[in-house]
Amino acid sequence: MKLLPLVFANLRRHKLRTILTMLGVALATFLFASLRSVVTTLNAGTEVASASRMGVQNATAIVFPLPMSYKARLEAVPGVKAVSWANWFGGQYGDGKVFFATFAVDPESYLAMYPEIVVPPDQKEAFLRERTAALVGRGLMEQFGWKVGQNVTIKGTIFPGDWIFTIRGVYTPSVRAIDDRSFIFQYAALDERLQHRISPGWYTLQLTDPSLAAGVAQTIDDMFRNSSAATKTMTEKAFNQSFVTMWGNVQFLMNSIGMAVVFAILMVTANAMMMTARERTGEVAVLKTIGFTDRTLFLLVMLEASVLTLTGAILGLGGAKLLYSGTGFNGFGFLPGFDVSAGTLVIGFAIALGLAVVSGIVPAVRAARLSIVQALRHVE
Amino acid sequence: MALVEVRNVTKSFQRDTQVIEVFDNLTLDFAEGSFTALMGPSGSGKSTLLNLIAGLDKPTSGTVTVAGAVVSSMTPSALATWRARHIGFVFQSYNLLPVLTAFQNVELPLLLTRLSKKERGERVRLALGVVGLDDRLDHYPRQLSGGQEQRAAIARAIVSDPTLILLDEPTGQLDKKSAEEVLGLLRRLNTEFRKTIIIVTHDAHAAEKAGQVLHLDKGVLAT
Repeated sequence: MKLLPLVFANLRRHKLRTILTMLGVALATFLFASLRSVVTTLNAGTEVASASRMGVQNATAIVFPLPMSYKARLEAVPGVKAVSWANWFGGQYGDGKVFFATFAVDPESYLAMYPEIVVPPDQKEAFLRERTAALVGRGLMEQFGWKVGQNVTIKGTIFPGDWIFTIRGVYTPSVRAIDDRSFIFQYAALDERLQHRISPGWYTLQLTDPSLAAGVAQTIDDMFRNSSAATKTMTEKAFNQSFVTMWGNVQFLMNSIGMAVVFAILMVTANAMMMTARERTGEVAVLKTIGFTDRTLFLLVMLEASVLTLTGAILGLGGAKLLYSGTGFNGFGFLPGFDVSAGTLVIGFAIALGLAVVSGIVPAVRAARLSIVQALRHVE
Repeated sequence: MALVEVRNVTKSFQRDTQVIEVFDNLTLDFAEGSFTALMGPSGSGKSTLLNLIAGLDKPTSGTVTVAGAVVSSMTPSALATWRARHIGFVFQSYNLLPVLTAFQNVELPLLLTRLSKKERGERVRLALGVVGLDDRLDHYPRQLSGGQEQRAAIARAIVSDPTLILLDEPTGQLDKKSAEEVLGLLRRLNTEFRKTIIIVTHDAHAAEKAGQVLHLDKGVLAT
C-alpha cells in the first residue's frame, strides 16, 4: 500500500498516454461485454425453455411449412398431451424502421401451453373472442404508445397487404428472457384472409412427461419420414436454438470479434507499458541503488499495468452495464432481456487482469533484472 | 578503526573481445567517521570503486567489507536490503524522480522500512531541514535549482541514517556557489553528525574539504 502513491505518480507522468491507454482498454472491454451479451441473451432464451414442450418443424428448414393435417396425427402420438401451431408473419409497422416479432398462433392452445405469457383474464377473453384481435407485449405497447382497443395496421412482408388488428390484450412475460415486444394474433385471421392456402410454420407439443421427449421425437420423425414434409422434432431448447442459428453462427462471430478487439488492445497496452519502462530505466536503477529489491520493482511495474487495465475495465464494463440497464436496450427487439450478466463482468475483469499480466510481464522482468551499473552509465 | 575494508580486489570488464582490467589486487581502508575524497583521471576506477563499496557491482575477485558485512558475497536481494539500511548514495545528476515532490523523493528509502506514515514524515522533514530545504517540501525537481536538487538528493541519502554516504561527483553539475553550499553541507554531516563520507571528484577544491584525499591512477592507489 505504501508503494501505491509511487504507482499513481508514475501513471500521471504522461497523462495523455495513460488516459488514451485506459480509454482503449475501456473501449475493448465495453465491446467485449456488448458482444458477449448478445450471445448470452440469445442463449438465455434457450435456457428458459420448458422441458415438457417440444417443437416440430419441417426437416428441410423452419421456413418451410407443415401440413395442417399433421395436427391430428401429432395429437395421437403417445405422450403428447396438447398440440399448438403458429406461423411467422414478419410484418412491418409504420415506416418499418422498428422491428418486432409478429406471430399468428392458435390462441387457446398457445396461451394454455405458455403460462409464462401472463394476460389479464378479461383481456384474454377479449383476445380469444375476436378473430382480428391482437395480443401485444407490454414493452411494444409502451414503445409505440398504443392503447387497448386501438386499431393497428401491419404491412405484410411475407403475406402482402395491409392487415388491420385491434389490440385486445397486453401480455407481461413472467421471465425476462421472453420478449415483451411481440405482436401476436390469431392464426384463423391469417388462414381466413388467405382462403385456407396456408399451413402452420411449426407445431408446439405439450408432453405428459418430459422424460418421454426422446421417444416422442423419434416416433414423430419416423411417422413423417417418407411424407412430402418430413419433420424435425426437438426439445423447446433445441427448437429455440434453431431460431438463433437462423442468424448463422452468431456465437462464433461475436466471440471472434470480441477476441480480436481484446488482442488489438493488448498490443496497444503492451506498447504503452514498454515505452514507459524504457523511459524509466535510469529511475529503476536509482530505486535499486536506494534499496528497492528486484521483487519490489517487479511488483511496482505489474501494479502499474494492473491499475491501468483494471481502471479501463471498470469504465468499460461498468459503462456497458449502466448503459444497457439504464436504457432498457433490447437490440431493436431482436434481443429481449438484453443485459450484461455477472458472468460477463467476471470474464471481462479476468481479461483485464490477463491484459495487465501480459502487457506488464516483459517490462516488469526487465526492471527486476536491470543491471544498476549499466543503467546508471546510460543515465549519467 | 576501518569501516570499509577493500581487500585484494580485482575488477575487470569484458568489452567486445577485449578484457579491461580496472583494479589488480587493490587493498585499502576507510576509517569510521572519515571524509575521504577519491580523485584521479577519467577511467582510473574511482566510480567503479564507489560502486563496489555500495554493492552496486561485484569484484572479479577479492572482498569488500563494510561495517563487518562482506558486501562482495551477498545475494542481490540481501544487497538491496543492506543498501537500504547502510548506504546513502548521491549521483552527479541528482537523479530525483521528476514525478515526485522533494518530500516524496526523500521519503523513498523510508518506504522500505516499517516506519509509520507519521514517523516517515518527521524524518523527511528533519532531513530536508538539515539540508535547508524545509520550505521546499512540495516542490517538484523541475521547480528547484540545481543546488537545491542536489541538496534534496543528499537529504534522500541521509534520511535513513545510513552507515556510509557515497557521492559520485556531487558538485560536477553545480555552479561555484551551489557547489560550495553542498560541500559545506557534507563537511557538516561529517563533523556534526559523524557520518563517514566517500566522495568521488575531479574538483581539487572539493577534495580540499575532505579530511583525506586518495588518488587513483589506472586502478592503482597513488597517495
